Amino acid sequence: MLAAMMSAWQLARAVREGTRTASEAVEDALARATRASHLNAVLHVADAHARERAAALDASLARGQDPGPLAGVPVAVKDNLCLEGVPATAGSRSLEGFVPPYSATVIERLEAAGAVVVAKTNLDEFGMGSSNEASAFGPALNPWDTERVPGGSSGGSAAAVAAGIVPLALGTDTGGSVRLPASFCGVLGFKPTYGRLSRYGVVAYASSLDQVGVLTRSTRDAAMALAAMAGVDPLDGTSLAADAGDLRALGEGSEGPDVRGLRVAVVSELSGEGNAPGVLEALDRTAARLRELGAEVREVSVPSVRHAVATYYLVATAEASSNLARYDGMIYSTRLGEDGDGQEAVMRRSRGRTLGREVRRRVLMGSFALSAGYYDAYYGKALRVRRVIADELARAFEGADVLLTPTAPTAAYRLGEKLDDPLAMYVGDVCTCLANLAGLPAMSVPAGRTAEGLPVGVQLMAPALHDARLLQVAAALEAAAGDDFAPLAPG
Amino acid sequence: MPEPVIGLEIHLAIRVDTKMFCGCAAESFGSEPNVHTCPVCLGLPGSLPVTNREAIEKAVLFSLALHCRVPELTQFHRKHYFYPDAPKNYQISQYDRPVGEHGWVELDGGRRIGITRCHVEEDAGRLAHPPYADHSLVDFNRAGAPLIEMVTEPDLRTPEEARAFLAQVQAVARALGVSDASPEQGKMRADVNVSLRNPDGSLGTKVEVKNLNSFKSVAAAIAFEVRRQGALLEDGREVAQETRGWNEGGQRTYLLRSKEESADYRYMPDPDLPPLTLEPAWLDDLRARMPELPAARRERYLALGLKPADAEALALDLEAAAFFDAATEAYAGSAQTVANWLTGDIAGLLNAGGRSLAEAPLRPEGLAAMLRLLDDGTISGKIAKEILPEVLEGEGPEALVARKGLTQITDEGALAELVERVMQANPAVVASARENPKAINALLGKVMQESRGTARPDAVRRLLQDRLATPGSD
Ligand SMILES: [Zn+2]
Repeated sequence: MLAAMMSAWQLARAVREGTRTASEAVEDALARATRASHLNAVLHVADAHARERAAALDASLARGQDPGPLAGVPVAVKDNLCLEGVPATAGSRSLEGFVPPYSATVIERLEAAGAVVVAKTNLDEFGMGSSNEASAFGPALNPWDTERVPGGSSGGSAAAVAAGIVPLALGTDTGGSVRLPASFCGVLGFKPTYGRLSRYGVVAYASSLDQVGVLTRSTRDAAMALAAMAGVDPLDGTSLAADAGDLRALGEGSEGPDVRGLRVAVVSELSGEGNAPGVLEALDRTAARLRELGAEVREVSVPSVRHAVATYYLVATAEASSNLARYDGMIYSTRLGEDGDGQEAVMRRSRGRTLGREVRRRVLMGSFALSAGYYDAYYGKALRVRRVIADELARAFEGADVLLTPTAPTAAYRLGEKLDDPLAMYVGDVCTCLANLAGLPAMSVPAGRTAEGLPVGVQLMAPALHDARLLQVAAALEAAAGDDFAPLAPG
Repeated sequence: MPEPVIGLEIHLAIRVDTKMFCGCAAESFGSEPNVHTCPVCLGLPGSLPVTNREAIEKAVLFSLALHCRVPELTQFHRKHYFYPDAPKNYQISQYDRPVGEHGWVELDGGRRIGITRCHVEEDAGRLAHPPYADHSLVDFNRAGAPLIEMVTEPDLRTPEEARAFLAQVQAVARALGVSDASPEQGKMRADVNVSLRNPDGSLGTKVEVKNLNSFKSVAAAIAFEVRRQGALLEDGREVAQETRGWNEGGQRTYLLRSKEESADYRYMPDPDLPPLTLEPAWLDDLRARMPELPAARRERYLALGLKPADAEALALDLEAAAFFDAATEAYAGSAQTVANWLTGDIAGLLNAGGRSLAEAPLRPEGLAAMLRLLDDGTISGKIAKEILPEVLEGEGPEALVARKGLTQITDEGALAELVERVMQANPAVVASARENPKAINALLGKVMQESRGTARPDAVRRLLQDRLATPGSD
């Protein structure tokens, strides 16, 4: 019989107070993972690692040491994050059998705060997808309706949290890959300011957009995890030295939510046509709730939003074509071919057959965008438009503390529904990719359910480094919603 | 004969402790394969490069020394190509924001050779092709090691000039401590571009010769290309645009690949490496800390009165220059004398022993002491040459001369006695010397022999001349 699902902060408190052991918490999570295996949310159960870590934590507790604010909290991490000695596939055949000899800084810091990685979760191959259907190992399923996608690319992490396998999961977000599945699975998904979390040990998709994010069912859990991981990393030249005191305060629950006087602006270009009805209702519900809580809500126009998806896909695919060049079967990635075939033939075959269709499509698009004669018209122009978008968003923040948009234009769709229409799927990133292009913190907050009973989220964005402000707004919405904020998926 | 037009592309290994973007040792000369590697320089998924600031500093210092314009912002780009020596299938290099542009190097004689650019990049791994095997091997020790690539304008005209230019660049790199610049260890490598000027003055088709590992092969490859292209044109044929290799054994170039379908490297700013700001104050500080460069040193030596050839040779050799400076500090006599010994007998002995000056125990004070013994007449030049091998091994000249009884005989009475004895013993030589004044040297030699070289030669000659001029006295 499994213990009742607790949030991460409650669980850590129980472990630190000795009413529960880390080993019990980890065994529960492993058992839940087994029970939910039909969701295909987990690619690899790190049971040996987790049991060893938990035993060590219990031993240090027995010696009277404090293992940290996340003591004994089982965590699932997306399988594009490296954990020393545990396989990392990034959802790709080309990395089958690859066991990283080092850990991602975010995982090291999370475990240093007492957390225990119990599972590596499913994802679209190398993070390239919005539905999880581009995983080489089959899609994760949405716990609310297993005929539907969980969203992508961090679909496994979102499903694991929604299904209650773990209270906290890490994902990565390049164009919405944490927030979109959070919306589809009814959990909270947070993408911090670019540079707040180290990218060391994160299998790169598009380096200037990639950022690690957290998926939780509680605001406080998200704040605790972010506080544990934030800060400059000498191994990542793009990481920022920013104080995380405000995040820590939120994680400790010492700051009550207050949104009175908060200026909220709804981005008009994103709140009209093109959104499914349930999505717009969720947006209106949230706006109304914020008004009730004392915030001012108005509209703001960000005209360059209409170029966001094109810009995002040019930048992301160009960087991807470069980052994925290394998967050639030479040093560690899957090699197809025999000695004597010649290196070029081996590279061609290895890349052609171990990288999936969507990955090959994006690598080709990106290579084209960087090619001599096309660079200025595509990649170069995308970089210029990216600056325009960032400038327009900065202007929007002159009159607003946070921007409010839908997270995605739809709720979770059916498996296979958009597989043959990549453009239809790309358009689903229109709201989320803005924050990646501008490096801003953004969050998907649960905002109720559609008429079909599917969860749906809304997105909040803040200026760079104002991550804590977003969590404060979320905490206010959470307090107002009560137990209905981010309930476990039924079943 | 059409005029040759020559440009160089030089790679220098930067002398720093760690590789360009990771913590592995930069120096791997002579190591077992693949021991100096880590997730970053192997390009493992999730690894990230972090810029080695010291390597940047050295490259900037080098650029400043070559009179380059150093921008306030420098940036890394990715240069893509699929090849197993590149773990990431791209090389981190620089593109439109290199550390230095538009510099020059002045050759002895005053001609300026333009430097197009200096940029920083990471080295590739090294492939090995075992004979009769169906596979190749790769060693990543060198992968990620920091390099400066410098490109010249096509300003060079002869193989000799190219060699002199390389020697200048090598001397600058060594003077700054930027690179060991040793071609024999692969720490200085060059590619050359050679074309012949068309009769109308325009540039002819450019041929690139890659991977030259010594100054000698650079000069030889240029000379060969000038002959080869000249012969083609004379035959009324065309020079093909191609990349050629250098066959050291055969002393000729050979075709590597014909007319490159200009490779598309898809350069892209490296998103993992934020652009670096080179603060003007920091640049000023670097300029202030710039050590004396070979060109300035050459001027200083000329001002000391050295012959131009000696000034040039010493200025290009960091070790010899430091020795020379210390020796002239310790020795009040002529600087040219110091230079003569250094570039003459001392260099000869060192060469014969296959040693460098630094490897010999001789200190500048030792040379100065020997020169003082020469000046005050304690020893003759001959004795000095005789004891030099021991002085080179660190023997103190004064003690050595005293111990061996090599102090010069200057006492007139003692010398006259010695001369008398030798004349008595060699009547036939004396007779021929009276007939032919040139034969006096034979007698002089015998006196010197008798004195084991300690007789003062000019005094002996004078005494001999006096005695021979006095008829019948024998
Ligand atoms: Zn390394």
